[in-house]
Amino acid sequence: MTGTSPENNSNNATASASPLLEVRNLTLDFGGLRALNGASLQVRQGTITGLIGPNGAGKTSLFNVVAGYFAPNAGRVLVDGEDITALPPHRIFERGICRTFQIPREHASMSVLENLMLVPTGQSGEGFFASLFRGGRVRAEEQAHREHAEQVLEFLNLSHLAHEYARNLSGGQKKLLELARTLMAEPKLVLLDEPGAGVNPTLMERLRENIERLNQERGITFLIIEHDMDLIMRLCNPVIVMSEGRHLMEGPPEAVRNDKRVLEAYLGGQYAAAEG
Amino acid sequence: MSQVIFIKGLMLGIALAFILPILLPPGRPWRVPGGIVLGLATGLILAALIPGGYLSYVISFLIMASIYGLLSLGLNTQWGYTGHLNFGVAGFFAVGAFTSALMTIEAPTGVAAQYTQVLFGLEMPFLVGVATAAVVSGVVALIVAVPVLRLRMDFLAIATIGVAEIIRLIFQNERWLANGPQPLRGIPQPARCLFESEGCAWLPEGMAWIIEPLTTRDYSAFYLIVVAAFLALLYLIIERACRSPWGRMLRAVRDDEASAAMNGKHVTYARVQSFVVGAVVMGIAGALYAHYTVAIDYSHFHALFATFIVWIMLMLGGSGNHRGAILGAIIIWAVWSGTSFIASGLEPVLAAIHEELPGRAQYIRWLLVSLLLAGIVLFRPQGVLREEMRVSNYLRKDGGSRDG
Repeated sequence: MTGTSPENNSNNATASASPLLEVRNLTLDFGGLRALNGASLQVRQGTITGLIGPNGAGKTSLFNVVAGYFAPNAGRVLVDGEDITALPPHRIFERGICRTFQIPREHASMSVLENLMLVPTGQSGEGFFASLFRGGRVRAEEQAHREHAEQVLEFLNLSHLAHEYARNLSGGQKKLLELARTLMAEPKLVLLDEPGAGVNPTLMERLRENIERLNQERGITFLIIEHDMDLIMRLCNPVIVMSEGRHLMEGPPEAVRNDKRVLEAYLGGQYAAAEG
Repeated sequence: MSQVIFIKGLMLGIALAFILPILLPPGRPWRVPGGIVLGLATGLILAALIPGGYLSYVISFLIMASIYGLLSLGLNTQWGYTGHLNFGVAGFFAVGAFTSALMTIEAPTGVAAQYTQVLFGLEMPFLVGVATAAVVSGVVALIVAVPVLRLRMDFLAIATIGVAEIIRLIFQNERWLANGPQPLRGIPQPARCLFESEGCAWLPEGMAWIIEPLTTRDYSAFYLIVVAAFLALLYLIIERACRSPWGRMLRAVRDDEASAAMNGKHVTYARVQSFVVGAVVMGIAGALYAHYTVAIDYSHFHALFATFIVWIMLMLGGSGNHRGAILGAIIIWAVWSGTSFIASGLEPVLAAIHEELPGRAQYIRWLLVSLLLAGIVLFRPQGVLREEMRVSNYLRKDGGSRDG
């Protein structure tokens, strides 16, 4: 663990001050359980923002609300200043927001290539009648999507798996496939839910490099939930800490690592005191 | 070979020329021409070799197999591609059958009206009846889809079987609609006049001699062509739509709804679309059935004959594969028809055990079919023709893609 964040990230972080994603006072209840309790946070354009917190802090719930999977009980989600609260998932996707899942959810019965070709929106072949009568147009689109998918696979070094069943991929490869799917959409903001969980160190390094490259070369903003502190420290700036369904603090990785409140949130008050 | 046998053989051959290209392996250039030649040849050879009575049996077998093929095709769109556990096939089958019947029959007048009550009888042509059946079945599916498609898997199965029972009970009890519990008779058959002694008014004089020796008993050979043509046409349509981004979207929804939604797909819309498309195909099958049997009543639409046997057909043929769905329909209908002979053959043996048993011999058929289903599930769960990995046919061109 080096503890120093990559220079480019801090540059990007200061380059643009307008928040790409803004979450205001989100509340989400599951029966008697309050998963989100007035959570507010901002993700600035061009950053790789980390989102950490102990189990049950509401990180994944926040993702689910932002991506439209759950409607919040209260609060707002804004993207580029526009309210997207509780829009259906496919509408939010059209605004350039992609999420991945903690446990990869690939379309098991299809090839890796078609898992990717599925993603682009506005495919005319997805209309029943267009698929029957607009063969030429559908063919041209399919050709374009195929080329795009092959480029993405090449970018992520997955070309050799293009014609493999998605279900046959290893856990780490599925994580890369999740990332590949977000790339098919040309997203503005990518929400990654524990991209490093269950991934071996070699693949993890590739994953990290890919995220960095995408951030630098294509200007994609990332919000990453991760428990691997090494990955967070090396990749993310700023880091947001959540605890008990709300925003606890945020700052550069070193500041977060040395913050007493964060230690308390993870270990509980008395242990933190003993440590300090 | 007499003229009658030749013409019957030719009609059987034309029908087989529609069916066989579906069953031959795809992606080969000889598929369609080979299937047509093989179909025509098989038809003529069968007509030449087997006696007339058995030939009629073959023809009626193929008509029912093709109608079941359509039901299986519709179910495959719903279950094979989208994962709808629809146990209400019989409902859409009934809606199609009664709609087409009401559109085409003559409304009874005078004394007959006391015995046969119908909502209306429009005397429309056959094709209008079939088209209306398709539309009405689709509309019913749409109305049903709104509340029912919120459910998944076994809950959806329970709801759809309920819907099918409601539809059947409506046709059983509502006398004003389609003659209540009594059969609705006199459903016209397309171009039947060709086989009647007066002949058809629209047929040119010079052509009449060709079919003159045929009688109304030979009509089913002609109707087989009609049913086979519908099967081929609907197979082409459904296969084309499913092997395109539309089918890929459906399969994505089937594999993982949440993930499909996060990939920007409108899951509800996709689910409703496939349910409606499948129901339209089932409705057309119902219309073809009504015009084949001429008289229909509620008892034709029991879940056993119109839902569960279709499921067995699809499971055996291979869900997710339209070719398999149709192949499965033909195989299971052959098994079902064949077990009738087994059951009859067993009657003396059963009589020796107990005097009441021969009367129940036909139930052995269900036992045999369910054993077959158990065998499929245990030994070949993917079906005879398994689902292919590649969804979109637009990816077929190069050698890179490998079929599962």
